[in-house]
Amino acid sequence: MSIRLDNISKTFDKFQALSPMSLNIEDGEMIGLLGPSGSGKTTLLRIIAGLEGADSGRIQFGQRDVTNLHVRDRNVGFVFQNYALFRHMTVADNVAFGLEVMDAKQRPNKAEIQKRVQHLLDMVQLGHLAKRYPSQLSGGQKQRIALARALATKPDVLLLDEPFGALDAKVRKELRRWLRNLHDEIGFTSVFVTHDQEEALELSDRVVVMSNGHIEQVDAPAQLYAQPNSRFVFDFLGNVNVFDAAAQGSRLTHQDAWLETPHQDGKTQAGQLYIRSHELALHPAPTTQAHLPLRVIAVNPIGPEVRVELAPDGWQTEQVWEADLSHADYERHPVQRGDQVFAAPTSGYFFTADSQGSPERLHWS
Amino acid sequence: MSTSLNATQRKPRHKRVLPGLGLSLGSSLFFISLILLLPMTGLVMQTAQMSWADYWYVITDERVVASYQVTVWAALLASIFNGVFGLLLAWVLVRYEFPGKRLLDALVDLPFALPTAVAGITLATLYAENGWYGSLLAELGIKVAYTPLGIIVAMSFTSIPFVVRTVQPVLEELSPEEEEAGITLGASDWSVFRRIIMPSLWPALVTGVALSFTRSLGEFGAVIFIAGNMPYVSEITSLMIFVRLQEFDFPAASAIASVVLIVSLVLLFAINIWQARYLKRLHGR
Repeated sequence: MSIRLDNISKTFDKFQALSPMSLNIEDGEMIGLLGPSGSGKTTLLRIIAGLEGADSGRIQFGQRDVTNLHVRDRNVGFVFQNYALFRHMTVADNVAFGLEVMDAKQRPNKAEIQKRVQHLLDMVQLGHLAKRYPSQLSGGQKQRIALARALATKPDVLLLDEPFGALDAKVRKELRRWLRNLHDEIGFTSVFVTHDQEEALELSDRVVVMSNGHIEQVDAPAQLYAQPNSRFVFDFLGNVNVFDAAAQGSRLTHQDAWLETPHQDGKTQAGQLYIRSHELALHPAPTTQAHLPLRVIAVNPIGPEVRVELAPDGWQTEQVWEADLSHADYERHPVQRGDQVFAAPTSGYFFTADSQGSPERLHWS
Repeated sequence: MSTSLNATQRKPRHKRVLPGLGLSLGSSLFFISLILLLPMTGLVMQTAQMSWADYWYVITDERVVASYQVTVWAALLASIFNGVFGLLLAWVLVRYEFPGKRLLDALVDLPFALPTAVAGITLATLYAENGWYGSLLAELGIKVAYTPLGIIVAMSFTSIPFVVRTVQPVLEELSPEEEEAGITLGASDWSVFRRIIMPSLWPALVTGVALSFTRSLGEFGAVIFIAGNMPYVSEITSLMIFVRLQEFDFPAASAIASVVLIVSLVLLFAINIWQARYLKRLHGR
């Protein structure tokens, strides 16, 4: 079922948790709310569920206006960050709970409930654990039971709060793939909260990036990665090197360092150049286009690439720069800790100093 | 030869991280012996002066048996009342914010702080036919002071903190997520309370009620002033012990006391075992 948020806002005491925001979620879509802690993503999720009331605005599920509807009548499934399984009930009783508390009129009979529970447990591949208590399950198993419990009442929308936050990396990856498959199979509309950009990009149809109580960007993962529309989104989506530049003729400069602008007309402006770490090449000598002297402070071969940490030499950056090289590139020109190297970007995103708007994409040949 | 072999084969001694086990455990055991075990031994010694027949005769005396009935019924009703009212009080103190909350919280301990005799005299005055409560209740035809009802009032007054103070911390630690999970699944407030909150609260509540019950079994000071102490009607067991002491019949007094002691101990042990089993399931084995 589609979800339509119209001008939703929320304040706690004097703290503006959510500035007025609107969002449309299509039927069957999987949406990731991505942001750092305190960005309001969990508050937004709880408002959609009805666990928190919005100060203003309207919420619609499909054609149904649910703004003033109590949580228990909204027909949502909610998976909590720490699962919130009922400790004193067996796994089967946990999953059956939503069915057993239905009105006598709607409630399926005992045999039917049992059949549904077994089906749900089989779906999450934990049918053999029906008689166990939550304290006897691993984190990943608890998470899947929580999901089965939330799906038992056939909710219109499924909401997940940091669903994989408390799991180790391997289980997390496995569950992520499994949830994605389940979603494709059943086709429920779902919204999940995460602070892990990889998780958001991998799992969602569209990602909603949030900061400080407002939406920064809503886009499909590929789009979001290719065209981040603000510095915040850029920063949040992963390692990026920032060149804080002044304009000087056709060059972007910062103390000893400079870059020739790729523009045909040679016009430049002051601003910040964001360069992704895999779009940075390292050379033993400066090129005609770039003079960015850096000192190697660490070389970390991580999986398929070699990550080189770099400190500026004769100029300044706020953070250490990183270059991700392929093993082949690295072997062609190996560097060691303490070496001086010259970096040259292959492409970058330029934010002019006076605007908060979208960046301009730059390419060097 | 064999000793040296033993010495080399002995398991390596692991030094404990937390120091002072010997000293702290030793002094704890010493004080427990001094204030608990020694008097109890005295009780057993006193009783041991009697033959089994005498013992049986003393503890099954008609007036004493009547006092058991009065005491157990009154304690039972008082602790059930406390179970309901104490849970309500703990709920209010944990779940809501209101002016004077701290004061109310402190007042809960008043029955512990107040000398029980003072409580007894106060209650007797309040519930007497010309007292503040008593005069109002008299109009409705209810007599509290100097009746078994008075015993229940006195018992529940002195033992209510047991229920509140055992339930309160457990209630505070309940995770709101479990209740929220219940509500998102469509459960009514009553279902959430009955199916989610109560099962977690149950062990603490039963313990509190049991403590309240055993405390009431032995209550003396608060009760005798309001009970009226009519033989067969409103005499409690601890009064019977007192009466025997007044008659300098120490063995008989000890015999009756031993009955109260045994009942209380059995009850407390039973509750502990039950609670351990219940909690084991809740927190995993």
